[in-house]
Amino acid sequence: MSWSEFIYMGDYGFYVWGSYLVSFIAIGGEILFLWKRKRRLQEHTKDWSAGVKNETPS
Amino acid sequence: MNLYKYAAPANFYPLAGKLIPWFAIPAAILFVVGLYIGFFVAPTDAQQGDAYRIIFIHVPAAWLGMFLYVLLAIYAAIGWAFNARLASMMATSLSITGAMFTFLSLVTGALWGKPTWGTWWVWDARLTSSLILFFLYVGFISLQSAIEDQRRADRAGALLAIVGVINVPIIYFSVEWWNTLHQGATIRILNKPTMAPPMLAAMLIMLAACWLYSVAIVLARVRCIIREREQNVARLAEVSA
Repeated sequence: MSWSEFIYMGDYGFYVWGSYLVSFIAIGGEILFLWKRKRRLQEHTKDWSAGVKNETPS
Repeated sequence: MNLYKYAAPANFYPLAGKLIPWFAIPAAILFVVGLYIGFFVAPTDAQQGDAYRIIFIHVPAAWLGMFLYVLLAIYAAIGWAFNARLASMMATSLSITGAMFTFLSLVTGALWGKPTWGTWWVWDARLTSSLILFFLYVGFISLQSAIEDQRRADRAGALLAIVGVINVPIIYFSVEWWNTLHQGATIRILNKPTMAPPMLAAMLIMLAACWLYSVAIVLARVRCIIREREQNVARLAEVSA
């Protein structure tokens, strides 16, 4: 299979790559938002670890 | 080892942190392997051409959307019945990932429907009940965020989640109960699969990847929820002191 055939996907390129693009954005977005949420928490609560003995959130 | 110990959010927090890489790393590997087999090993379908390759994300997303909803309802029910805070937090954490996968199943389904059925959307039983599942997730999330008192929010969410569980078997059996445009189940437990082995392998590997991803992200989110809620409790204690 050539590169252009791969992109073309037998005339279904828009639908196939569209599906995977949306999936990539959705999953990547979920990870990014959670990462930001964690960062925000860490900035606001540096002294939270009082309640957790086994691990200091870093 | 006392397992009940981990029912306390503060004890579960470090355990969840240790578990995350054991799910996240295999998930990343399986996503790559599954997509490789799906695009480079699996042959072009005789009937649908290459459009069928949407199945590798569509079916796992749809399965996870349903499975995570049942799990959410079980956790919400445990949280309600036994006043278990961690179980309610797990339900909240599951709702975002479940909604995300249900959304993906609807969007990839529309992108698959257009070239094969000639339409983005039809009000058929499978599609409609899947849309209802998405609304149930959205309802759960907005109900929880609308109620200030955390325990009341958990209970209200639990009620919605438990009532909504009836929708999951409706989605699953819709293709058998009604005459739908949507095709029947691809894999049945009792029948031999009708797909070519590499197609089936790619789909199952992608399913495993999505499942492992869900575990990792739900654990990571529940850690944030634990911290946020403990923070609120601490703030309340300060105000009332």
